[in-house]
Amino acid sequence: MSTAIVEPTLPEPEGNYLENGYSLRSWLTTTDHKRIAILYAVTITAFFFMGGTAATLMRLELISPTPLIMGAETYNKLFTAHGVIMVWFFLIPSIPATLGNFLIPMMVGAKDVALPRVNLLSWYIFVLGGMFVIVTLIAGGIDTGWTFYVPLSTRYSDTQVVYGVVGIFIAGFSSILTGLNFIVTVHRLRAPGLTWFKLPLFVWAIYATSIILVLATPVLAMTLVLLAMQRVFGLVIFDELLCGDPILFQHMFWFYSHPAVYIMVLPAMGVASEVISCFARKPVFGYRTMAYAIAAIAAFGFMVWGHHLFVAGQSLYASLVFSFLSYVVAIPSAIKVFNWTATLYKGSITFEAPMLYALGFVGLFLIGGLTGLYLASLALDANLSDTYFVVAHFHYIMVGGSVMAYFAGIHFWWPKITGRMYPESWSRLAAIVIFIGFNLTFFPQFILGLEGMPRRYFEYAPQFQFLNILSSAGASILAAGYALPVLYLTWSIRHGPHVGRNPWGAKGLEWQTRSPPPVENFDVPPRIPERPYDYDPEAEEAKRK
Amino acid sequence: MSVNADLAGRRANDSESEVGLWVFLASEVMFFGLLFYGYTITRMAHPQAFAIASAHTDVLLGSLNALVIFTSSLTVALAARSLRLGAQRASFWLLAVTLTLGVLFLAIKCYEYYGDIDKHLVPWGDFALHGPLAGGERMFFFMYFVMTGAHAIHLTVGLGLLAFMLAGVGRGAYTQKNTEAVELTALYWAVVDTVWIFLYPILYLVHRS
Repeated sequence: MSTAIVEPTLPEPEGNYLENGYSLRSWLTTTDHKRIAILYAVTITAFFFMGGTAATLMRLELISPTPLIMGAETYNKLFTAHGVIMVWFFLIPSIPATLGNFLIPMMVGAKDVALPRVNLLSWYIFVLGGMFVIVTLIAGGIDTGWTFYVPLSTRYSDTQVVYGVVGIFIAGFSSILTGLNFIVTVHRLRAPGLTWFKLPLFVWAIYATSIILVLATPVLAMTLVLLAMQRVFGLVIFDELLCGDPILFQHMFWFYSHPAVYIMVLPAMGVASEVISCFARKPVFGYRTMAYAIAAIAAFGFMVWGHHLFVAGQSLYASLVFSFLSYVVAIPSAIKVFNWTATLYKGSITFEAPMLYALGFVGLFLIGGLTGLYLASLALDANLSDTYFVVAHFHYIMVGGSVMAYFAGIHFWWPKITGRMYPESWSRLAAIVIFIGFNLTFFPQFILGLEGMPRRYFEYAPQFQFLNILSSAGASILAAGYALPVLYLTWSIRHGPHVGRNPWGAKGLEWQTRSPPPVENFDVPPRIPERPYDYDPEAEEAKRK
Repeated sequence: MSVNADLAGRRANDSESEVGLWVFLASEVMFFGLLFYGYTITRMAHPQAFAIASAHTDVLLGSLNALVIFTSSLTVALAARSLRLGAQRASFWLLAVTLTLGVLFLAIKCYEYYGDIDKHLVPWGDFALHGPLAGGERMFFFMYFVMTGAHAIHLTVGLGLLAFMLAGVGRGAYTQKNTEAVELTALYWAVVDTVWIFLYPILYLVHRS
């Protein structure tokens, strides 16, 4: 791509990427990674609120143990829509496609991703896939759950399974192309002298995520093709009545969908590392182990899918191995939590909004991770499988973990992206409201699960009502919490105070350029620091005294 | 030193597209990998049925196609090499031969599909094989159609790329100094051929081991 050497016109100190054309056309035909990041951000925000609306309606229904506002079928369609939208159209693209797109080229000191046109193409593919899903919803939705287990999805469901599957299939190619672009960018476009162990952990995390995207997504794509063929033509591979194997579908599905959890959480870990070291004014503790832990999580993440099949009739020996490997993943995950904590130790900590979100991430990820160990144990999983315990566990990872970190990242880099600052007190308030609302929503679900309430039912036994009301109340606080950033961030685009290059005093390359950055990211080549996270705790301490 | 020159001219000898294609091919391996996995699991469940069903494939046409496509691998490699050495005319004709072999492969494959349909080997509706192992045999033909179908789709994409390259070399757009597009096409084509190396024995030769 980068063969033409253009003689520079004098750098325009005022011009930035946002001022490089105001028309809709200039946005829809852009190959600027920063603008594509914003296209993604707008798209996934819309999906986030669609998925959130479905969740809100479900929580509303669950206030009462008897039917309140909907029937069983509507409820099934709502949780399917919630899952499909949140997993494939919000969480998977969230941090990689928005913050990753915006930051990776800048963090490696390049002027764009390696394949800018492919980058734009991936957004269009994503939108096309998303439109299929919206059509599916309008045409009546799907009632199988986001996992599309056979034979329900092939033989018994009379809903729009095929449209939904086509949408996810298409969106998968967007994932593959995005991952491909980041891999090539990190390999080929690093600034001279920027070696692997000088890269920020965010780059490591997105790189590892990209490898999962490239290697796991095609498996999902092909699995969904087989599913659709069985549904449309009545072909046989998963059909138990024709010597097929329905469990085979679960293996194939989770071979993608378990690594997909790491697609969601590795970038979150990258964001947390950037934010925590910045606001503790210390280098990340154990930088190299953090990088190796990222690689280990990505690698082991491919070998644990079978823990979703403990009660599905998988062989006991396979289950034992998968259980063991699931425990193994806890080791690098724990290393990361310990190292974040050690980064805080004796740091000069300040509690700006990004830091509040990042600390919330660490705590909630910890709870989500530890409860994952319960589920990795064969004996306990036999009891907890398909209960609200599982629901609470993965929401602590995905919402408490990934969404909190996404917000941490958005707040941390917002001044860089827009050149403006949001109102400090509102943003801190939102972080706290979201944290409280989240815990109130999902902690009661751990107890519900332990008491035996099964997931995916719209009715339940009356003794579960109190905790369900707590959970629904929490959900309304959470919804208010999520509405706040939309309001004050939008407000800040026009009215927020302007900021300079580096309002947080952070050390990444992206903070060396102007805010918002010029079209080609840097007016002068960025200075490559001796080491990553070059914070100086002692100087910071002296400044305080 | 200008920023643009510094950022753009870096590592000009390394091609982003080439790395990108290798990464994409890794993704393709996983794509086919799932089919091979599905094949392995179902064959382990129905070993006898797979042996019997495989005998119903047209081994003559399958082998002929193997010959055709492996030869095309040679010609496409020679085409890329010729272009690099500056033999533009040779490259043009070698690409033309590759394209012809690719079309020939598809034609033979279509003829073979026609025969399969004629013999009611399509695994839905009126399936020809009955008897106690019919379920497994049906499964074999399901995998047969899905795997050769996925391969044919990739091959068709390759034919499009080859046609594009042929036109480019013909009008002089790709020369000794600009070989990348042709070399990347050759790389993609090689992977499509490699898939057939694996498909051929597991689909046509099961009962002949």
